[in-house]
Amino acid sequence: MLSLWEWIQDMGNSKTLALILFMSTFVGVVIYLFASPRRARKFETYRYIPLDDDDSHREPTTSRRDKTESDEQ
Amino acid sequence: MSQAATTAGAAPAASVASTEQYNYAIVKKFAVAAVLWGVFGMAAGVWIASQLAWPFLNFDIAQITFGRFRPVHTTAVIFGFGGNALFATSYYVVQRTCHARLWNDSLASFTFYGWNLALILGVISYMAGITQGREYAEFNWQIDLIILVTWVVYFLVFTMTLLRRNQPHIYVANWFFMSFILATALLHIFNNIEVPVGLFNPQSYPMFSGVQDAMRQWWYGHNAVGFFLTAAFLGMMYYFVPKQAGRPIYSYKLSIIHFWALIFLYMWVGAHHLHWTALPDWVSTLAATFSILLLLPSWGGMINGIMTLSGAWDKLRTDPIMLFLITALAFYGMSTFEGPMMSLKSVNALSHYTDWTVGHVHSGALGWVAMISFGSLYHLIPRLWNVNLFSLKLVYVHFFLATVGIVLYITAMWVAGIGQGLMLRAFDQYGNLAYTFTESVVFLHQPYVVRAIGGGLFLLGMVIMAFNIFMTVRSGIKAEARARQEAIEAEARTA
Repeated sequence: MLSLWEWIQDMGNSKTLALILFMSTFVGVVIYLFASPRRARKFETYRYIPLDDDDSHREPTTSRRDKTESDEQ
Repeated sequence: MSQAATTAGAAPAASVASTEQYNYAIVKKFAVAAVLWGVFGMAAGVWIASQLAWPFLNFDIAQITFGRFRPVHTTAVIFGFGGNALFATSYYVVQRTCHARLWNDSLASFTFYGWNLALILGVISYMAGITQGREYAEFNWQIDLIILVTWVVYFLVFTMTLLRRNQPHIYVANWFFMSFILATALLHIFNNIEVPVGLFNPQSYPMFSGVQDAMRQWWYGHNAVGFFLTAAFLGMMYYFVPKQAGRPIYSYKLSIIHFWALIFLYMWVGAHHLHWTALPDWVSTLAATFSILLLLPSWGGMINGIMTLSGAWDKLRTDPIMLFLITALAFYGMSTFEGPMMSLKSVNALSHYTDWTVGHVHSGALGWVAMISFGSLYHLIPRLWNVNLFSLKLVYVHFFLATVGIVLYITAMWVAGIGQGLMLRAFDQYGNLAYTFTESVVFLHQPYVVRAIGGGLFLLGMVIMAFNIFMTVRSGIKAEARARQEAIEAEARTA
């Protein structure tokens, strides 16, 4: 255990240590996202957050000159 | 919701309610400031580009020579236009996606005045010849402190708003904004550790020297590109592309992978700006390797944004705002391919110290950063003032001027840079340089003229946008005044 701690403390091993830490964290994120189909489905529901906010109170008070399709939605 | 369903009388009352629900006043200030800085910064850019083509434009006035005016241009467009657009959109998006009002109106206002004061002082000091001489971080130490305080307050306002959210999940756009705020704080602090000469003296000495200082500067420089000009504008993209398209983002899982991959990879790539210097070779190789790896998250994000329109491509025919947003993503894809390619040591040996680098920066800055900001501001500003855009036709005109301008700009710089690189590396049969430096300068004249024309077209588009926004805001203010007057008259009648 002590030898492992000494290995970590050695600045010469910092590149390897950083690689292990970052790589394993990133792989962990990917596994977390895809391991559970239920969790994956839950994440996909978050896509709708920008569309959830109510725009009805932002209707223009002046008449339209021209409009895009998305304005009508 | 169709427009017909809303009566003219109902809207003002609801508008008041929304003003109470969200702090739009601060978003309005930042949005207008972004447009003003955009006009000024791009005009400064066209001016210095013209000086390179026609040097007499210096007029022997020290304050407007290329050396002093170049940081004025970069500061005004990156921090003035880009920065104000990011403040505006981040404050808007965090409120809308968290269903919560911005935390502390006074501190939010403080960020507006603090940020813009620092920029104005910066512009004045550069023209007076006061600079730290660090690219994209030329502010002297007193201004650095103003920025530091403003940025900490920005972090507080944003974080506290996230904490008071009424939506259980923090939408991914806010992750990008938060990473931008944190990384920029880190970069600003460490790149500006200086020893001031005196309390009232703008000069200071850097804490590091030689190759360590160069490493620190380019760790800052490239991460400013990565977190200020990329991550933050991706936050903008993840809200405004779905919103304008009226469809959810293509894949939320992909957006999460995009975010974490970008965060893990970006911090390592700065040293690719220092290939073939005194920097240790392994650092150079490490930076090039991570730069190549960056292609994956960058293109993942681009595909995620563009595929949001999957099944609704016809919107590109009818919606010029969508054109801005999708073209921005296309340029994002192009410049994030070009960047890793230029980070390869063999390519860099040709491209570095030439105008190819300038062209690459502008394909990202004009094509990605400015175009996504234009699209977002065109979406945002009419909604803030509760009116329609003054003219969609002018948005089309702006789009085509901007696109033609960018194409002229970057092709001129490809020709200039590659030609310049080849000329500076050419040898004759005796091993002497085949061209003199002056010959390479003569060669650059024509591409510089084309670049100035391209920049001029882009600036013209920006001026048209400013006019369109001015007319839109003016009609919004008039409509608000009219609605207020009608409400007073109605109250008087009932009383």
